[in-house]
Amino acid sequence: MSNNGRPGPKTPVTLKILRYKPGSIDPPRYDTFQVDADPLMTVLDALEEIRATEDPTLAYRHSCHHASCGTCAMKVNGKDVLSCVTKVLDQKSDVIVVEPLGTMPLVADLVVDMGDFARRYEPAGLSFVRESEYLTEAQTPEGVERYTRFESCIECGICLSACPVANTNASFIGPAGLAAWYRSLQKGDGERADILAAVDSDCGVWGCHGAMECTEACPSQVQPGDLIMYLRREVVKSKLPWAH
Amino acid sequence: MNSNYHVVVIGGGSTGAALVHDLALRGLKVTLVERGELTSGTAGRHHGLLHSGGRYAVKDQESAIECIEENFILRKIAPGSFELNDGLFVAITEEDVAYKDTFLQGCAECGIPTKELTAKEALLLEPNLNPETKLAIQVPDATMDCWRLPMRFFATARQNGADIRPYTEVIGLLKQNSTVTGVHVRSHITGKEYDIKADIVVNATGAWAEKLSEMADARVPVRPTPGVLVAVYGRWNNMVLNRLNRPSDGDIIVPQRELSVIGTSSWYAPDPDRLGLPLDHVERMYERGSELVPGVKHAKMRAAWSAARPLLGEGAAATEGGRDLPRTFKCFDHKERDGVEGLVTITGGKGTTMRAMAETTADVVCDKLGVDAVCRTKDVVLLPYWAYYH
Repeated sequence: MSNNGRPGPKTPVTLKILRYKPGSIDPPRYDTFQVDADPLMTVLDALEEIRATEDPTLAYRHSCHHASCGTCAMKVNGKDVLSCVTKVLDQKSDVIVVEPLGTMPLVADLVVDMGDFARRYEPAGLSFVRESEYLTEAQTPEGVERYTRFESCIECGICLSACPVANTNASFIGPAGLAAWYRSLQKGDGERADILAAVDSDCGVWGCHGAMECTEACPSQVQPGDLIMYLRREVVKSKLPWAH
Repeated sequence: MNSNYHVVVIGGGSTGAALVHDLALRGLKVTLVERGELTSGTAGRHHGLLHSGGRYAVKDQESAIECIEENFILRKIAPGSFELNDGLFVAITEEDVAYKDTFLQGCAECGIPTKELTAKEALLLEPNLNPETKLAIQVPDATMDCWRLPMRFFATARQNGADIRPYTEVIGLLKQNSTVTGVHVRSHITGKEYDIKADIVVNATGAWAEKLSEMADARVPVRPTPGVLVAVYGRWNNMVLNRLNRPSDGDIIVPQRELSVIGTSSWYAPDPDRLGLPLDHVERMYERGSELVPGVKHAKMRAAWSAARPLLGEGAAATEGGRDLPRTFKCFDHKERDGVEGLVTITGGKGTTMRAMAETTADVVCDKLGVDAVCRTKDVVLLPYWAYYH
């Protein structure tokens, strides 16, 4: 084991990190740091190492370190990812560019204001809540064919950052929010007509350009783009009396 | 009041979250500083187990009793932050079976409800369990959301007037003679340094408690004792699975969303900022975890990481693996301990006991301030976590 307690052979890699501190590092600039990356080292591990040994002022969001909490999303070489499961050496580049998520307002360095995400997402009812989950191998009660997961979304903001519409339209509900409305519809949380009315607008399902960047980028396989298309069908169907 | 605040809490983990909530409910003017994102230390990184206390029912009963009491309180004040999935203590070998009576007796002594299941019943509930399973004991363990639960405390505290300041690092303590009168901080948002004056400073930095208390020439017997955790793809079990035996490496698998988290190991790390990730521990999680659920042996890894437990202990026992150190918590008034007035430290404990740790600390703080206010955190239902952003 090496001196930093991390396993395996080391490869030197440069991280080029966007820095911004309103009033002091303003306008933003890029700072570069060297890390000795091992095969398991994630971008988040590298940021932790930089903060511990080189620059204690580096600000970034993180909590669970295993893609469960959704706090550590950022752009790595231009892609919106969870930094805790993005390995440094998998980038296959000598210089890795690390930047904050787009769309949401920048607070400092790699930290964005998740209030913007919450504002778009909240009307559908952020519902992490669940009683329990079930294994596909376990028997389902009579009348239930299979269980559907609704709680995969970790509210990380990646889809909002990746979405070309949300980037330019602050009132667009955005992929995660629309996926949450879909979830409410499937669960039967609230009146069907109210849910469809909430998404039947240019800020809702009709604002989507179908770029599918959200589904592509989602680290939890929520596939928000597909769910938006499903919601569109439901909205149209609800307007055709004979199609119920 | 001579200061801007009655209390400044240092450390935005589970304990700090529950403490600012408690103090705000008691009507105190309180602020919390955290050098990074909230819950970015140990709080967010544990397995996500709401302990029934079963793990400690035999050798650490004080902690087991704290766990089961707090388990029931947290379910009441934070509905929706837990999966009500329960846990099993599973016997795979004859040695495990022989441990059953000791375990059941320990649980009974600590007030932990148990239900004995046959191998067949256990396998029906958990089809991926080792087919060699001999029997299992059901207990009220549960999966918690390590980030969103503390965020509910922060959200509620904020609503009640607490100032929460993430990205604000304490770089010095303000002192008058031997009295701590506040903190000198640097904002990692603006880059600016400033002072926060307070009547009492609480060190709630967990595994970092010793580093922090050194600024005041005070001592805290806390040992950063990390463990390695491995999250694998797939929800291999619905309930929390524990090995029916004395706590050891890789003897627990906690399901979280569509992942299964195998934990954990235990060693002493002097610097909680540089835990490293011993590869042999990662391998041991796979090996030992697959004794409970054989399928995880070849499950694809989603993440491997280390998290530093803040264990209380001194001397030789503390520098070894740390398995035998108690999981209880302790609140230190440094006036009594080191002759330093105005500084209180809370450390040790577990995510599950965060509310009780806060209550004990808030009692000490109120006593020192001469404030007569009762603790209300056992009954006040917490706001949803997203209210933090309101």
